[in-house]
Amino acid sequence: MSLITIKNLWKRYGETVVLENLSFSIEAGEFCTLVGPSGCGKSTFLKMLLGEESPTKGLFLFEGKPFPAEPSAERGIVFQRYSLFSHLSVLENVMLGIELGASPLLGKLFGKAKKRAREEAIAMLEAVGLGDVLHHYPSQLSGGMQQRLSIAQSLVKKPKLLLLDEPFGALDPGIRADMHALILDLWKKNNLTVVMVTHDLHEGFYLGTRLLVFDKVRLDPQAPNAFGAKITYDIPLHDKKEKESVFKKINQTITREAL
Amino acid sequence: MRLINQKPSHSKALVLGLMPFLLIVLMYVFASNARLHENEDDKLLPSFSHMVDTMEKSALSPSKRSGEVIFINDTLSSLKRLGIGVVISALMGLIISIPLGLIPLVRAGLSPFIAAFSMVPPIAILPILFIIFGMGEVAKVALIVIGVTPLIVRDLQHRVEEFSKEQLIKAQTLGASTWTLVIRIILPQMLPRLLDSVRLTLGTAWIFLISSEAIAATEGLGYRIFLVRRYLAMDMILPYVIWITLLAFLADFLLKKFTCKFFPWYENKDKA
Repeated sequence: MSLITIKNLWKRYGETVVLENLSFSIEAGEFCTLVGPSGCGKSTFLKMLLGEESPTKGLFLFEGKPFPAEPSAERGIVFQRYSLFSHLSVLENVMLGIELGASPLLGKLFGKAKKRAREEAIAMLEAVGLGDVLHHYPSQLSGGMQQRLSIAQSLVKKPKLLLLDEPFGALDPGIRADMHALILDLWKKNNLTVVMVTHDLHEGFYLGTRLLVFDKVRLDPQAPNAFGAKITYDIPLHDKKEKESVFKKINQTITREAL
Repeated sequence: MRLINQKPSHSKALVLGLMPFLLIVLMYVFASNARLHENEDDKLLPSFSHMVDTMEKSALSPSKRSGEVIFINDTLSSLKRLGIGVVISALMGLIISIPLGLIPLVRAGLSPFIAAFSMVPPIAILPILFIIFGMGEVAKVALIVIGVTPLIVRDLQHRVEEFSKEQLIKAQTLGASTWTLVIRIILPQMLPRLLDSVRLTLGTAWIFLISSEAIAATEGLGYRIFLVRRYLAMDMILPYVIWITLLAFLADFLLKKFTCKFFPWYENKDKA
């Protein structure tokens, strides 16, 4: 059974069709990157995976069951910004996930349980390279370090699906390369399933095992909202040679339409 | 250099900042001297030495009858009323505003009522409070609570609504329920915002305190200045007003220091 099954999925806001008749599935262990021009519905699709939006019609299954209609611990998310808890230290930001899961009444652990949570959080933070700043506040971290923290926060929950919403879009190119190495490393070591939205086609190609291109195929100039986006390319990226030739082809169409 | 690019040095800023104070004191001394020169019994602009004399004689020395020092008594009873009123308002504000800002069902149910209730001019219901609670302490505290709570609630509701959607969704993906979201994420981040809100509404709280003391009290800073008004006792009113101003400034300053000390993350919260 696929982790995510999608069949004849539509998403509309009133008259506006955002996503049109999508059908595909995502298997556990894939690293899917979603690219496409802005306004093509890739972010809406991610929000549906997250539980922030629900589909208008069609089959939308997570492990064979309908998607939960609100965010849950099975699906982790890393946003581009603004998702750290500024009143908690780096360590507490990561411990929080463990504490919320283990203590539904207070959301806080004490004694031995707290010590275990602390150790687990420290191990996670060391894995993302934040072992030296455990007691800093998020505001004291650089943009790249804040994203490392956000990833650590999500991974400590061991989500079945990790969603990344343009997570490196606000970072400098050098830092971004470091983050790419980090996320690939974490993906391999933790057997993660990742769905990542990016507007950087290079990034999408470099990171993913599979690239999904969202785009509107039909356009009615009289009614620009009448047709939604479809998946125009669904490319497995295991073969390096094929990767490059496909990249050239798509780069032309995407950049032309994004402009 | 353009005016907008000229920045004062530290010492220059200090001198510039003190100027208006000095200026107004000088103006007062000048005007007071002029009037006293015309009529040495003038009550409107008493000299500073006269104010000190009066305060020492009638406010700062123990009363012959009870042995109490009026000035200290007035200060303590006013601060007590203000303190209790503000603390109750702050707690109520916090308890009401979080569900109001966070839970759509509560917002739908309560928002119109609170918007309407906060339009009632508190001073206009002061007679009702005196009728219900009598002329004692309760009515005065109640006036502060009724006047200040809606202000705090509305301010804090907006602060709650300002929490980024990303933060709220992230917390849910980390396993937070509505309850644990409130006690681990929202409430701790609201405390310094509450202190900010209290600082902003403290001025309003003073207004309600002094109004109710003016109408019905037997001691208190507001009671005193309205009592001696009958005798045109500017030599007492002015020192009392300066003292009230000083207390208000001090309260504001202490709240600010307290916020910095206990919520060190608060100043830079927007950088994460």
